[in-house]
Amino acid sequence: MDADLSSPLIELRGIRKTYVMGSQLVHALDGVDLDIGRGEYVAIMGASGSGKSTLMNLLGCLDTPTEGHYSLNGVQVEELNDEELARIRNREIGFVFQTFNLLSRTTALRNVELPLIYRGMPRRERLERARATLERVGLGDRVDHQPNELSGGQRQRVAIARALVTDPSLVLADEPTGNLDSATSVEIMELFDALHEQGNTVLLVTHEPDIAEHAERRIVLRDGQVLRDERNGEAA
Amino acid sequence: MIFLENFRIAFAALRANLMRSILTTLGIICGVAAVIAVVSVVQGLQYMITSQLQGVGSTFIIVQARQNFSQPGMVTKQVKLTWEDGQAIQQHVRNVAMITPQVIGIQEIKHGDRQHRTYLFGVNSDWPDVNDFAVEHGRFFTQLDLDRRNKVAVVGTTVIEELDLEEPIGSEIYVGKTPVTIVGVMEEKGRSLGFDSDDLVFIPFETALGVFGRRAGDQVELRLQATDGESVDQVKDDITRLLRDRHRLEEEAPDDFNVLVQDELLDVYTQILGMVTAVIGAVVGIALLVGGIGIMNIMLVSVTERTREIGIRKSVGARRTDILVQFLIEAVALSLVGGVIGLLLGWGFGALVTALIPFDFPPAYVPLWAIGLSFGFCTLVGVGFGIYPASKAAALDPIEALRYE
Ligand SMILES: Nc1ncnc2c1ncn2[C@@H]1O[C@H](COP(=O)(O)OP(=O)(O)O)[C@@H](O)[C@H]1O
Ligand SMILES: [Mg+2]
Repeated sequence: MDADLSSPLIELRGIRKTYVMGSQLVHALDGVDLDIGRGEYVAIMGASGSGKSTLMNLLGCLDTPTEGHYSLNGVQVEELNDEELARIRNREIGFVFQTFNLLSRTTALRNVELPLIYRGMPRRERLERARATLERVGLGDRVDHQPNELSGGQRQRVAIARALVTDPSLVLADEPTGNLDSATSVEIMELFDALHEQGNTVLLVTHEPDIAEHAERRIVLRDGQVLRDERNGEAA
Repeated sequence: MIFLENFRIAFAALRANLMRSILTTLGIICGVAAVIAVVSVVQGLQYMITSQLQGVGSTFIIVQARQNFSQPGMVTKQVKLTWEDGQAIQQHVRNVAMITPQVIGIQEIKHGDRQHRTYLFGVNSDWPDVNDFAVEHGRFFTQLDLDRRNKVAVVGTTVIEELDLEEPIGSEIYVGKTPVTIVGVMEEKGRSLGFDSDDLVFIPFETALGVFGRRAGDQVELRLQATDGESVDQVKDDITRLLRDRHRLEEEAPDDFNVLVQDELLDVYTQILGMVTAVIGAVVGIALLVGGIGIMNIMLVSVTERTREIGIRKSVGARRTDILVQFLIEAVALSLVGGVIGLLLGWGFGALVTALIPFDFPPAYVPLWAIGLSFGFCTLVGVGFGIYPASKAAALDPIEALRYE
């Protein structure tokens, strides 16, 4: 474990993701090298189509690269089979989507409980933890509401609670405020800030510079490559 | 843990599309209903067969009239098998230990203000020995009763209960319009296959003809015992020759009667059972196909509709097997819901059919094995036809599933 802690949480080497569109090859990621340490708070920026979502999906083990190496927590991800990938998604990663991706006709509590079901946790413990996590994101009084009975900001809080309930080593958020108004966005960003302060590793994708301001480090992508990688506060 | 959770998910999904779920399982419902209805009615048929086998020993022989439908001219001509034939057998065939005629009908009987419908048997004094069915109290009627045309009866225990007879022997009951005195009570045989073997009344053959009408005497069944096992074939051959002669059958004409010995009775039994099994098998087969395809179809729709849900589940760590089991359980649950509905419908239909059959038929009865069989078969259909949609769901790529609109 000690050896793991000394190495970065995430190591990407020569990552490529290529899509075949008819006769054309689309290089969504075109040779990305990145190290991200434990406890870092990173904003990923870039124009639409620059490969941000593709990168997040690879980091979240939802997708696999065409080429290159990805090690997470010292585990070589490209060597894992389907079941092991599911286990990583379940235990190591909390993913927050722009479109929330909550189960409809399912209460907030049940949505948050979901990852714990696949972990095989007993029901009582599951519900206790889900409830506690919902309280943590300020939705203690909405546990029995279904997504269609919640506002956009509240839905995203449920999604964040679902990402946090497993105590993941990495929280990934792909444009978490993309579908929210600016006031609600500020509230959501406060949650991510708090997560970071509690020592979590947080990566989020955003278009908006003032959202990116919350992070300590900013990575800008262009055409599937890292254009800039800088500490916030360093000269632009 | 996940298994239990999957049941919750499956039933939530079925409830969310209740009407669609029920319509989908129509094939299963019809299949199970048909099987249960057939089985419940067949229970009655089985009684008829087993009642024929009751008291069968290796020396037991039954002679019945046979309508020969393959010969057009004979259909209209009523085949007669009378007690005169029986008496001729008694006189001319060697090695016949005893013989009795038997006519059976459903008859209303009365005692005071109580009445009851029962099986009325017209037989002679040899009947208990021929059929190995003994008198428990009192006596069976004797040759003397027959000769004097005494109005006597022997009853089964159910009749005593139904008519509320406190002192059965010596009581007078009405069989139709004929008053008879009870002289004996048969031993208790109990129920078998839904039929009550104690729900019957015996009266002398001639008296029964009076109750049923004289024409009943044209169509009796003869039951006899040969003296020993070795002479059964000889008795059978002699009876055949004698009856052909008495019925004036041409050389090439087929018999207009059947002489059934134990082996042949068993053959008849297995034949009918085989037929029934084939019918059930065919129904099950068709139901399996129709129901299964219905389930596969709706499960494919369900998987497509819920692609995003599958993506979400996978993104939070569901493995292939988790998704596979989830949809398999849903398919099985769907199938079982159809099974339960089919069971109830089949039960009701069987009861209706047996109630509508004009001559008395034992009530519809669904044995446990039929329920077990139906549910087993529903589970099989659910798994068999659910496996393809479920594995399709399990194989979905998480990212593509999440992107699905
Ligand atoms: N499934 C796919 N098939 C084909 N091309 C894709 C697919 N996903 C993404 N792309 C392409 O890859 C590039 C990067 O996409 P994406 O990572 O979604 O960009 P961003 O999130 O930065 O807007 C785009 O040109 C996009 O069209
Ligand atoms: Mg994107």
